[in-house]
Amino acid sequence: MAKFKKDGGRGLPAINTSALPDIVFMLLFFFMVATKMRDKEMKVKTQLPQATEVEKLEKKSRLHYIFVGPPLDAQFGTTPRIQLDDAFATVDDIQQYITLKNSEKDEKEVPYMTTSLKADKTVKMGIVTDIKQELRQVNALKLSYTAAKDIRDQ
Amino acid sequence: MASRKRDIPEINAGSMADIAFLLLVFFLVTTTMDIPTGLQVALPPITEEPPIDSKQKKREVLEVLVNASDQLLVEGSILTIDKLRQKTVDHLTNEGKDPTLSTTSTKAIVSLKNDRGTSYDMYVQVYNELTAAYNEVRDAYSEREYGRPYSKLDPSRDKERIKAVKKKYPKKLSEAEPVSIGK
Repeated sequence: MAKFKKDGGRGLPAINTSALPDIVFMLLFFFMVATKMRDKEMKVKTQLPQATEVEKLEKKSRLHYIFVGPPLDAQFGTTPRIQLDDAFATVDDIQQYITLKNSEKDEKEVPYMTTSLKADKTVKMGIVTDIKQELRQVNALKLSYTAAKDIRDQ
Repeated sequence: MASRKRDIPEINAGSMADIAFLLLVFFLVTTTMDIPTGLQVALPPITEEPPIDSKQKKREVLEVLVNASDQLLVEGSILTIDKLRQKTVDHLTNEGKDPTLSTTSTKAIVSLKNDRGTSYDMYVQVYNELTAAYNEVRDAYSEREYGRPYSKLDPSRDKERIKAVKKKYPKKLSEAEPVSIGK
């Protein structure tokens, strides 16, 4: 009897948690490296269309972003607007914006710059066509219609 | 001696995990892992000269029109979007069989024209179908010739093969200058 009692009294041994910080740090570093902070504040709604033939865009440093969509803030109305960086813009600003952004880059990189057009599904083609014309004017000929991958069975 | 040893107490690292967890949760929440994806398009450069070969034979061109109410007109007849891919594939792989479609794949052109009132969603879908058709015929050709689909060819090793496939099925997807017809 005494023998049994002694066994039960010992209880569960404490789990060694000294390696826990190591594991947590490992996860932490993974997420720190994988994180890309949102650097632009969205002013327009961009619900992307879906497509099956999308390709990955290679380098984030070689991208210009143009956002088109109805403003998130209702006080600006519902007409689709263009957003460049953090501010609303008009079609006429695009040429200047692209030229400015290209001048910050290495000259060799400029021909590889792709414009990522993030437009809302509901936007009409009129504004998109205008943007395309502006891009052609500044010889920014690589364009990407940003779309979400459609997981349809092919 | 004994008192000297006691001078440097051990740092309590018990709360280290808590701090690390806090940071971990922060990064977990802020992380967005979506890789940007999109339909790649090469815009035509602006030229002063008028297009040289304006008198393209009509049968070489597959005319795709999208109107302001997102309806599709292919070669003069209304078509639904789910049939567009097959129609384009037929056009590209016709090789002179059907008198209304292209004579050879190297000459085949797809012309896309949209209205200013067309929705962007519809346009992307149409563009997607046309791109899909090109990918499909290229994959099939590559599979026949080299036993591997075009999308699986390695750009560093199979340069010649990729070139050959591109030569056989050049992506001639032309977009008309914008017009505005009817709202």
